[in-house]
Amino acid sequence: MSPDVITIPAVMQFDEVAPKKSLAQKSVDLVRKQPLGTFGLGIVVVMLVTAVLAEYISPYNPVQENFAAMFAPPGTDGHLFGTDEFGRDILTRLIYGSRTALLVGFVCALVGSSIGLVIGVASAYFSGVVDLILQRILDVFMAFPLIILALAVVATLGTGIQNVMIAIILVFVPRCARVVRSNALAIREIPYVDAARALGFSHMRIILRHMVPNVMAPYLIMATTFLGQAILLEASLSFLGLGVQDPIPAWGLMLTNASEYFEAAPWLAIYPGVAISLSVFGFNLFGDAVRDTLDPKLRSR
Amino acid sequence: MGKYILKRILLMLPTLFGAAILIFFLLRLVPGDVCEVRLAGAGLYADPEAIKICRENLGLNDPMMVQFWTFVSGFFTWDLGVSMWTGAPVLHEIEIRFELSLQVAIMATFVATVISIPLGIISAVKQNTGLDYAVRGFAIAGIAIPSFWLGLLIILGLLILTQHFTGEPWMPPIDYRPIWVDPMYNLSQLIWPAIATGYRYSAVATRMTRSAMLEVLREDYVRTARAKGMIEKVVINRHALKNALLPVVTIIALEFAFLMGGLVVTEQVFNLNGLGKLFVESVGNQDFNMTQNLVMLVVLIFALTNLIVDVAYAWLDPRIRYS
Repeated sequence: MSPDVITIPAVMQFDEVAPKKSLAQKSVDLVRKQPLGTFGLGIVVVMLVTAVLAEYISPYNPVQENFAAMFAPPGTDGHLFGTDEFGRDILTRLIYGSRTALLVGFVCALVGSSIGLVIGVASAYFSGVVDLILQRILDVFMAFPLIILALAVVATLGTGIQNVMIAIILVFVPRCARVVRSNALAIREIPYVDAARALGFSHMRIILRHMVPNVMAPYLIMATTFLGQAILLEASLSFLGLGVQDPIPAWGLMLTNASEYFEAAPWLAIYPGVAISLSVFGFNLFGDAVRDTLDPKLRSR
Repeated sequence: MGKYILKRILLMLPTLFGAAILIFFLLRLVPGDVCEVRLAGAGLYADPEAIKICRENLGLNDPMMVQFWTFVSGFFTWDLGVSMWTGAPVLHEIEIRFELSLQVAIMATFVATVISIPLGIISAVKQNTGLDYAVRGFAIAGIAIPSFWLGLLIILGLLILTQHFTGEPWMPPIDYRPIWVDPMYNLSQLIWPAIATGYRYSAVATRMTRSAMLEVLREDYVRTARAKGMIEKVVINRHALKNALLPVVTIIALEFAFLMGGLVVTEQVFNLNGLGKLFVESVGNQDFNMTQNLVMLVVLIFALTNLIVDVAYAWLDPRIRYS
């Protein structure tokens, strides 16, 4: 080997730098890295499309009663999944029910975790007495099992979709605030927060511009976890007759009377449950993938 | 240790007091009460005079502070007042249902433990095999399937299967008999709700067992045990499992408190006259007194379970010392 040939060690070879990937290439990578998460996302997307296009794809009107076709078994004359005790088409009600589920899921998860985010960061930022008081209040909220607190709120406000959403949001806020706070406590000790304060920035600006962006990971993880939980909680409340009220189509509600018609129409008890389980399953898989991506420490083996 | 437990119990008091304030004022935030539900619930015209008398009798016209004091002092005098709906003492209403709910909760915990620990171990030991994926799928499904739907499916399945095999559809009995009076009858009624709730809780515990086992299986002492030629069964049962169980026990114990909430839905499905059903009915009837006392009962159980878990933790793991 001649001495004037310089061999460049592998680490210094610049052609290692990856070329910019196309969107398609990136998607393929994602599918390979998170196959289950992609599957979950697929379910979520199908649900979203179904909910948006409900008017166009559903064969009937969801609240249209048809006493000539009560308890039509699945597959009869255009009723793919059969009809219920009022002759309403099950498939149509399932499609419209996805609107209710998604509305409750997204609104509750986003609003609940966002309020929790602000409370959590503020609690960590102000520390001292504010933190102490806020934490004791959160303790009280955390002392209730999820559904018990939600039921208590419904007991106060009454049933109906808005009140159910308020109840679920109230249940989520302290849980998100707790997690965000513990992350924000660490951020608070980083010098740039001190620097921002030394520059005379307002509390609001420091919290929103300097701290909140740094706790986005736990925030997003909580928000995606809440999606499935919200759908499940709404279904439970509606099933108990304390949530969404007839005739609004909601999956939990569709199961309420199913047990009365076991003999005549067992299919009433099947499809709405499949819809609930499948959507929660999709959201959970998606949430797990988000958690794995954003928080390598929590990565499940 | 005694000092620690005492301190924890004292710390519980402010939380319980806060919960009492929260639930009490929450219920009274919005107008409407049991008298309106009772007298005008069916949309009938209600005599305002009758509603007034009803409120007077139930103490709903007293100042808030007086009502709150009656509520809180009840815990110390062990007089929780009467149900605003049935008129029977709250303690009595709880007493006659407590046994059933407790039994279902214990049986569900048992079901969850029996399912989750073996499955979690298998899943960890056979990591990334078909078996592992099957167990993980089973667990993820358990979290996604609402227990009330599983309950409905169980009843439906029983109806169809018994119809098919005996020609006579059979459903779990509805009236409750204590286990020491008629064990077979009792179990044939309560095993189904226990499975419906237990499956859901096993899902969380299975995932926990799996990840705890995977962590422990990487420890040096496990490698040492294997290196000295110990049979795999002993390595897993005696060396790994024992150390992996701690977080699993925690999860199962914490879930026990949540079970009280889960029962709210399951009891409705199986038409069991337990605390959960009582709670739902009280909420529907705006029976404030019953609701707030039931909530406090759940919160108390929840707080006590947390305490027991922490104490058990120290007892199970000598490395943990509280001060």
